[in-house]
Amino acid sequence: MTGGIDIAIIWAFIIAFAVFVYVVMDGFDLGLGILFPLFPAKSDRDVIMNSVAPVWDGNETWLVLGGGGLMAAFPLAYAVLMPALYTPIIAMLIGLVFRGVAFEFRWRTTQQQQNRWDIAFAGGSLLAALAQGIALGAILQGVHVEGRHYAGGWWDWLTPFSILTGLAIAVGYALLGATWLVLKTAGDLRDKAYHLCWYLLFAMLGAIAAVSIATPFLHKQYEARWFAWPNILLTAPVPLAVAAVTVLLLRSLAAKQDSRPFFLTLALFALSYAGLGVSMYPYIVPQSITIWQAASPANSQIFMLFGVSILIPLILGYTAWAYWVFRGKVRAGSGYH
Amino acid sequence: MFDGFGAVELARAQFAFTMSFHIVFPAFSIGLASYLAVLEALWLWSGRDVFLDLFKYWLKIFAVAFGMGVVSGIVMSYQFGTNWSTYADKTGPVIGPLMAYEVLTAFFLEAGFLGVMLFGLERVGHRLHFLATLMVAIGTLISAFWILAANSWMQTPAGYAVNADGQFVTESWLGVIFNPSFPYRLVHMVLAAYLTTALVVGAVGAAHLLRNRNLAGARVMFSMAMWMATLVAPLQILAGDQHGLNTLEHQPAKVMAMEGHFTSHPNGAPLVLFGLPNQAAGKVDYAIEVPRLSSLILKHSLDAPLAGLDTVARDNWPPVPIIFWSFRIMVGMGFLMLGLGLLSLWMRCWGTLYESRLLHIFATAMGPAGFVAVLAGWFTTEVGRQPFTVYGVLRTADSASPLAAPAVGSSLLAFVIVYFIVYAAGLTYLFRLMAQPPQHGEQGPSGDMASHAAGITPAAGVAAEGAVR
Repeated sequence: MTGGIDIAIIWAFIIAFAVFVYVVMDGFDLGLGILFPLFPAKSDRDVIMNSVAPVWDGNETWLVLGGGGLMAAFPLAYAVLMPALYTPIIAMLIGLVFRGVAFEFRWRTTQQQQNRWDIAFAGGSLLAALAQGIALGAILQGVHVEGRHYAGGWWDWLTPFSILTGLAIAVGYALLGATWLVLKTAGDLRDKAYHLCWYLLFAMLGAIAAVSIATPFLHKQYEARWFAWPNILLTAPVPLAVAAVTVLLLRSLAAKQDSRPFFLTLALFALSYAGLGVSMYPYIVPQSITIWQAASPANSQIFMLFGVSILIPLILGYTAWAYWVFRGKVRAGSGYH
Repeated sequence: MFDGFGAVELARAQFAFTMSFHIVFPAFSIGLASYLAVLEALWLWSGRDVFLDLFKYWLKIFAVAFGMGVVSGIVMSYQFGTNWSTYADKTGPVIGPLMAYEVLTAFFLEAGFLGVMLFGLERVGHRLHFLATLMVAIGTLISAFWILAANSWMQTPAGYAVNADGQFVTESWLGVIFNPSFPYRLVHMVLAAYLTTALVVGAVGAAHLLRNRNLAGARVMFSMAMWMATLVAPLQILAGDQHGLNTLEHQPAKVMAMEGHFTSHPNGAPLVLFGLPNQAAGKVDYAIEVPRLSSLILKHSLDAPLAGLDTVARDNWPPVPIIFWSFRIMVGMGFLMLGLGLLSLWMRCWGTLYESRLLHIFATAMGPAGFVAVLAGWFTTEVGRQPFTVYGVLRTADSASPLAAPAVGSSLLAFVIVYFIVYAAGLTYLFRLMAQPPQHGEQGPSGDMASHAAGITPAAGVAAEGAVR
């Protein structure tokens, strides 16, 4: 990859950024679906849907950017990972289809059918979250590559570790969803969400701990990356920061500061995500393909870099405006729908 | 269920299936977004309520259709990797950036302003709301630009080289984007989207006029739609003809299949109207032909020679029967649209546009014609690209993922089941919305419901401390 060294790293950060923004934006949105069965009242469900209806489509666009960007900037990684993650990806897509159409469909049906689309929304969201978590676990544990192709079977992704990461992501998204409700709703609905936050936070901390303990056992390289001297000077602050954010989060939940828990939960996600980056770098397909091996020719990456450097700030700008237009608490009877 | 099919056939079936379900929604929403922008502009400019009523009426339909387009589109963006990973690896450096630009310049623009367009009329000013509608409409057109550039590059690749890893790399981005078939395909597709939408709008208007010919909203939408059919159908036939000539230059085998020309005709080729193309025997059975007309259409000369598939290596033949028929269906629909446009113009001149039951029945029946033509046209061009994914350079058989048939078969089956459930429901809701006549004081999808509700019960509004506005 002549002359592509620096720009390949820039692109690795851009893709990582797109995926993280996706997790930030669609995580709570999927989380609301996961929590749906716990809010059986129609009025609560209407409020929950209305809190996200104007923005969900933009949230999912980041997933398209992550996928499309990966194909454009690191085609080899895209070509190896997609067949390796075949079943989880298909399951995620199907989940997203069901939950995506539910946003409009549930308002267009008679009472009894509406319930059916509520089930589609909840089931689709849970399926998509589990599939994303499983895909993450499958990537971390590494895939079998020969030449420029995936050479494993179509069930290789299924291991206890990938199931663990699947559950971890689902729990994490549920916590994001619950803290979003704390931020965006009021009254009994908000109180119930506060209550759920406690359980979900402990579940998420348990999941972070379990994944953190299991990861170094997957590969010697992960262990060396985290615990070898002098790396530990750089890696040790990550768990310390997780502990600090957790304390702040617990305090904000106890003090019922509506606007805080959501953003602190996002901080927990950011730290976990940074931890993943520490484990994976410089591989894009762990233990087989580095970011430089997978990179597109420099001229493809440069061509896109022009667009990204101008358009991403613009996109973040008008997305923020859309959130601003629909800011504040959503209440029964005064939703957007 | 799919025993006996190879992984490549199943992957192709999956692409054809998911793409066919997807394409009808963008085709409809490109046209509808522009129509909504026109309606809102007319309302702001004239202040007539009927335009606002029609805007809100079609906005509800747009919301449902757009959502279905988005979810089926996410499926497409991952399918290149799941089923066509070798293709993705090889063409990623060329096609990938075009799709990345589509996401950055179009998808985000549409998604970012969609919420305000759907739910924000009472939250932001009218002008700002119009800006949101305009951004969504422009977004759909930008999206068409990039995806058709990518698609056209697969048909008529240009501006590339091949590197040591066997990947296509770009030598000239302008060459890649503005490849030889792109301008023709872009014009043809955008016109197709506008016609498709006009026919749906016209059919809905006509169906309501059949019940009540004095309905103001139905009259306005029907008249607007018929103007579109009158003006755009002839333009589309002209654009299609030009696109065909471009295809003859760059992908002659596709035109040979469309025309059913298995053999070469050195002294003027006949136009095969109908017949049963027999791929194995290399001839058209029971052909009904008009002598020399094909040469006249394609070469503008009655006795110009036209080469046939006998000049193309047999393993490079596309599947002729599919292309032969899909092309005829598309052209037939095009001429029916022209007929509708001309008939409506005639009735309009005689002042019977809103009275003629014959015209209203014809227009209602033509509602799905645009979708049929779009699908038939895509089948013609995409099947006509076979047996290649990148025309003449990369074979379909060498593009697939290294997956076993059961994996691809299972995912195909899953998509078939899911799409039938989701699309059956979606179409039911769309028909239900269209079956309602547009009302005076039409409700939107709903921000207005929200603010109306708040307006009706001010107590709730007051109680909502911290509530939005």
